[in-house]
Amino acid sequence: MSTLEVSPASSGPGQSGPFLVNDFSIQVATVNGSGSQTANTVLMRAIFQMGIPVSGKNMFPSNIAGLPTWFTIRASRHGYIGRRKEIDFLVAMNPETAREDVMKLDSGAAVVYDEPLKLSELRGDLHFYPVPFDKLVAPVCPEPKLRKLVRNMIYDGVVAWLLSIEMPEIRKALVKQFGPKKAKAADLNWGACQAGFDYAAKTFTKSDPCRVERMNLTAGKIIIDGNAACALGAMFAGCTVVTWYPITPSSSLVESMIGYMRRFRHDPDTGKANYAIVQAEDEIASIGMALGAGWAGARSMTATSGPGVSLMSEFIGLGYYAELPAVIFDVERVGPSTGLPTRTAQGDLLKNALLSHGDTRHPMFIPASPEECFSMSQDAFDFAEQFQTPVFVMTDLDLGMNNWMADPFQYPEKPIARGKVLTAEDLDRLGCFARYRDVDGDGVGYRTLPGTNHPSAAYFTRGSGHNDKAQYTEREDDYVNNVDRLSHKFDVMRRFVPQPFIHTAQGARIGFIAAGTSDYAVRESCDQLQREHGIPVSYMRIRGYPFNQQLDDFIRRHERVYVVDQNRDAQLLCLMKLDLTTDLVAKLRSIRYYSGLPIDARSVTDDVIQQEGK
Amino acid sequence: MGTTATPPPKKVNRLGLEVVNYKGSKTTLCAGCGHNAVSERVVECFYEMGIQPWTVAKFSGIGCSSKSPAYFLGLSHGFNGVHGRMPAIATGALLANRNLLGIGVTGDGDTASIGLGQFMHLVRRNMPLIYIIENNGVYGLTKGQFSATADVGSTLKTGAPNDLPPFDCCALALEWGATFVARSFSGDKKQLQAILKAAIAHQGLSVIDVISPCVTFNDHAGSTKSYSYMKEHEQVLHDLDFVPHYEDIAVEIPEGEVRDVEMHDGSHLRIRKLDREYDPTRKLTALAALGEAQTKGEVLTGVLYVDTAKPNFLQILNMTGDPLATLPESKTRPSRAVLDQVMEELR
Repeated sequence: MSTLEVSPASSGPGQSGPFLVNDFSIQVATVNGSGSQTANTVLMRAIFQMGIPVSGKNMFPSNIAGLPTWFTIRASRHGYIGRRKEIDFLVAMNPETAREDVMKLDSGAAVVYDEPLKLSELRGDLHFYPVPFDKLVAPVCPEPKLRKLVRNMIYDGVVAWLLSIEMPEIRKALVKQFGPKKAKAADLNWGACQAGFDYAAKTFTKSDPCRVERMNLTAGKIIIDGNAACALGAMFAGCTVVTWYPITPSSSLVESMIGYMRRFRHDPDTGKANYAIVQAEDEIASIGMALGAGWAGARSMTATSGPGVSLMSEFIGLGYYAELPAVIFDVERVGPSTGLPTRTAQGDLLKNALLSHGDTRHPMFIPASPEECFSMSQDAFDFAEQFQTPVFVMTDLDLGMNNWMADPFQYPEKPIARGKVLTAEDLDRLGCFARYRDVDGDGVGYRTLPGTNHPSAAYFTRGSGHNDKAQYTEREDDYVNNVDRLSHKFDVMRRFVPQPFIHTAQGARIGFIAAGTSDYAVRESCDQLQREHGIPVSYMRIRGYPFNQQLDDFIRRHERVYVVDQNRDAQLLCLMKLDLTTDLVAKLRSIRYYSGLPIDARSVTDDVIQQEGK
Repeated sequence: MGTTATPPPKKVNRLGLEVVNYKGSKTTLCAGCGHNAVSERVVECFYEMGIQPWTVAKFSGIGCSSKSPAYFLGLSHGFNGVHGRMPAIATGALLANRNLLGIGVTGDGDTASIGLGQFMHLVRRNMPLIYIIENNGVYGLTKGQFSATADVGSTLKTGAPNDLPPFDCCALALEWGATFVARSFSGDKKQLQAILKAAIAHQGLSVIDVISPCVTFNDHAGSTKSYSYMKEHEQVLHDLDFVPHYEDIAVEIPEGEVRDVEMHDGSHLRIRKLDREYDPTRKLTALAALGEAQTKGEVLTGVLYVDTAKPNFLQILNMTGDPLATLPESKTRPSRAVLDQVMEELR
């Protein structure tokens, strides 16, 4: 199940135990606002440039400066890029958390730390590398004001020496990070890096097992966060109206989009924008604008997180009932209420599926990777217009805000599909039309856009009761016909939402079902269960809602199925229960992870083993 | 008289359309409701101005007022949204198609309570939209609770007095930077017509607060939004005429008596002085006049303020002149080379 070929671990000279080559996690503990993000990104990128699969996860506070933050880099020659619980290599820069960070480590881990913290007194079973950061930074950074920011680059040099990261790759990553316009800043930081490297080379004897060795598993790949991938998807989908209200962790989705649209969506001749991006006064206004724009024929979207979706609830019910296209990106975070705004969860699945009062159902697209963020975003716009309904693209903070290694995105080959829209010429031919009449049997009526140059084009859109001609009605049969047609339309969608990914393991009696970013932990857990316990496990990754027959079939083929949720209340499982017969529900087991950190394989594996009674 | 006599030629506007082409479905509001009069003015004005009905989009929120777009311009697309959020729907639709002429109808509950925030931001953006507030001081559809525009001391039908001060939607709009602010009375046919026509010509947001009495819940003796109260307390600021751009302004303008405001499209709002000097291009004058009227218990009607220079939101966004809704794929999907370039940057 691993995504990449496994190469054997080698051991190096002068080392007591076996090396952990390209298979470890580094954790950097700093204070937010100290410029550590740059140092961490450079470190991650340098490892990536050496051809080693890598992932980076930023665990940051809901704060601008001064609170603890941790960045974890995982290098995995096996290609596992989900979170790994165990830390092999700690860089302890934050006096506030250093002691606890050290006490949490497994025996044998390495610690690079700021010398005055005196951490080596704490434990005798770790490899300690004290570094006098303040002494080293002064000579390389004459400007005292900048020292706080440059100081962190010193650990990049120290870590590079200790892990055998090639310094030219550090230099290359640094230059990329700062860009051509900030060459001076890049030079300053490079000086700090070198000072760290030189200090480590002359002071330390390598005693811990972690190291990297060049591989060729990242050639051609890109590094991108899920939010930027969604933004690119929306731009290539031909999105024309973007309305939003800032909220973590979705803000950077629209901010990326603003950057890309400014570069690539202005008319080359006139300089005019072929789009509109509006920062609204709140999420209620942003969804209202998106729906108004969709009604009038734009490809419209908004991006938000759980609290924003809660505010959008009434409008999304209108969108469902009046049948208005719009794409809503929900980058999920930990709730309820303000919750943990900078931590990840899959806590909106159940709410979004059924959002708003009355009988409402909404389709969801659930990408697990930047590649899917890009492709599903495009498909979501087509889907919204084809089914004339709001569509959720469900990601989470882990996917949206962290940097991921990904294959380069494929240019869309299909033309943009705008759905059933009647033009003035169509109306000439037809004479008239009924907005909500199910002409084709798929539950989707034909619509006209306001401004269509024809006297028969107009109809009246409303959230109150309406018949198939869009006329106001409170008649029982009209109401029932209308909501039954909407239900039928939802059933038709089952065939058109992104279909599940299914892996059937030979001889598997049990299976996993998961969605979104749980994918990485679940795939790694499948390997662990097979390798460590000899248990083959099949896997179905849900990629779209509503579910379809494939879900029933998968559950039927297995004795027990573990549904993996990154929320307390097993929301994915609950959603399935609404569709499944009781015999299938009886086969479901639940694995839930909801600490605010991305789910990891070991937690999944341990839970399965416990529930299997092994 | 022979049966072959030809009927008299039908009266048509400059597009060759009859007034019937501007009507909507039959009203379901109460007989005598001020809102019905406003709908009739809309029908007349759009007919007389020769506006193609299918270039218009109608918007409303929730409430009695918000039902009224169904009762005019039946050949225009309409959108009856959710309570207090009409500005968002209208903004989105007008971003999607900037060629639409937008007209929104809202009430005092819709605008001054649940939708106050959206109203405020609509004003701030100066969206090109005719925004009519049918203001009767009560929630009609929920049977007569006070709204936030009800005056202190005004009473419900039960006799219960209102004890909170009113929001003056015109004063608020002025404060927030509105570019066209007018107040009228549903019973003043000529004034409301002139204001509506000027609003059609205005290229930013037009806020028109129309005192429109609720005959069922707020037309009794203790009400300050009743027909009789308006007859006694309306203070008409000036006499208004509207000269559309396609008609010649041949008449001499008497010095000192008449002020002409030229609108974006070349039409003119002709303002004839009554018993006081009033310059509708001065915001502070407008605010002072409103405050003074309120102190005296008067309802000042007329065009309070016009600013034809401030850019509207579409201009601020530097949007293309073509409707975004119908841009071809060649303009909305960047090329393969662009994707290659972006991918290279991410390597």
